[in-house]
Amino acid sequence: MARALATTQTTLLPPGKISVELVVNGVETKFDVAPWTTLLDALRERLDLTGTKKGCDHGQCGACTVLVDGRRINSCLTLAVMKDGAKVTTIEGLATDGALHPMQQAFIDHDAFQCGYCTPGQICSAMGLIAEGKAKTPDEIREMMSGNICRCAAYPNIVAAIQQVMGAS
Amino acid sequence: MINFQYTRASDVSDAVRQIAADPTAKFIAGGTNLLDLMKEDVEHPTRLIDITRLPLTKVEETATGGLRIGALVPNSDLAWHAAITQRYPVLASAILAGASAQLRNMASTGGNLLQRTRCFYFYDTATPCNKRELGSGCSAIKGINRINAILGTSDACIATHPSDMCVALAVLEARIHVAGPGGERIVPFADFHRLPGETPEQDTNLDANEIVTAVELPAEGFARNYTYLKIRDRLSYAFALVSVAVGLEMDGTTIRQARFALGGVAHKPWRDPSAEAALNGQVASPENFRRAADLALRDAKGFEHNAFKIELARRTIVRALTQASRGTPQSQSNKKIA
Repeated sequence: MARALATTQTTLLPPGKISVELVVNGVETKFDVAPWTTLLDALRERLDLTGTKKGCDHGQCGACTVLVDGRRINSCLTLAVMKDGAKVTTIEGLATDGALHPMQQAFIDHDAFQCGYCTPGQICSAMGLIAEGKAKTPDEIREMMSGNICRCAAYPNIVAAIQQVMGAS
Repeated sequence: MINFQYTRASDVSDAVRQIAADPTAKFIAGGTNLLDLMKEDVEHPTRLIDITRLPLTKVEETATGGLRIGALVPNSDLAWHAAITQRYPVLASAILAGASAQLRNMASTGGNLLQRTRCFYFYDTATPCNKRELGSGCSAIKGINRINAILGTSDACIATHPSDMCVALAVLEARIHVAGPGGERIVPFADFHRLPGETPEQDTNLDANEIVTAVELPAEGFARNYTYLKIRDRLSYAFALVSVAVGLEMDGTTIRQARFALGGVAHKPWRDPSAEAALNGQVASPENFRRAADLALRDAKGFEHNAFKIELARRTIVRALTQASRGTPQSQSNKKIA
């Protein structure tokens, strides 16, 4: 189907590549992206942070979950240019000085994964869940983690891992 | 993903000016629905106008005892806002029944109103769909129509509106504040979304160059007797097959004022004034609830795969009215239906 081309010039920013500044895992990063680059693709393809996974690319699986300004979001449904100036935390940013984050350790302690593909998204989502402070019971954890699908069905162990960190915090 | 230009709006008037200058531009806020549809090649704007930096992020008291919710308030912030949980719990409950925690962190109040149907054929660009391409036909009417509408359908379209939040807003009789080239106006919630008729490509009565700036709630929030009961194929993170939002004003066991709206059954949140009126002044009883449900569904029409929704809706209305009248609203984490 033929599509009309935009004929007006009301752009505040030029077409083509756009400069974006992000603080990713505590490191200031500046790079140019095409406007249609998702935050997920920018992280993986431009910044080589491939811990964040591309599962469905449609916001249905949660594998791409990262924290933006402390809130968990689906990075596949966000444009990198829209997050200019934001602080992004990915799975690579959780360990400090080689020591695993307690949430990472809890996933290991409880065998909360099998293939591991959904795990970075599960862990970032769990970090967001704890920061929100709304989920207390196993039912509430399950409900508020429902945006993260685990094809291996490690769900009971994921809930147990999150409970371990909640109990400690 | 398709290619497009990207601009930012500096204020509401700049946003209106930019959208009016480019007929193939679209606003983007949360992006959770629009970017998905662009990846599917269902939507193909040549320019996205980023409105996320506009000052529409407040929840404020109104002079008439209600609340004015900025169009950019994220769904999650709204659901957990103290004024909403205490005074409009049916709205908080409906929001938490929808999507996932991540999507609710991203999705905006205004965008939730404007999300598009999840009809399979709307998404499948290899098939005809009057909502996607007017005049091409409706594939759902004789297709896999299990998720489609049973009320207010037309020969052109049997899509449903997917929002949970909007079902609660229908019960609360919210008012939608919009701004356009001609100034600002307020749209009653019942007039915001449309039935498909012969023009299913239009979901709402918003003009092409208008922007939603706020959702206003009246003072009455039905904080004592309410529920949002959502029936779906999975216990979480699935669209409603049928949902019912209820707000009752009770005097003992007598219903002084009843409001209920259905989701998942029509092109817009569905209210039936005659069904509500049949409850006013009546005792809260299973017989009266069934009568109201029968009235609300008297014109329901099923298709090959979704006729089950008529009986499902009848039972969901009765159960939801029971929950609301008892003051025992549906939990959105413990999914056992009381």
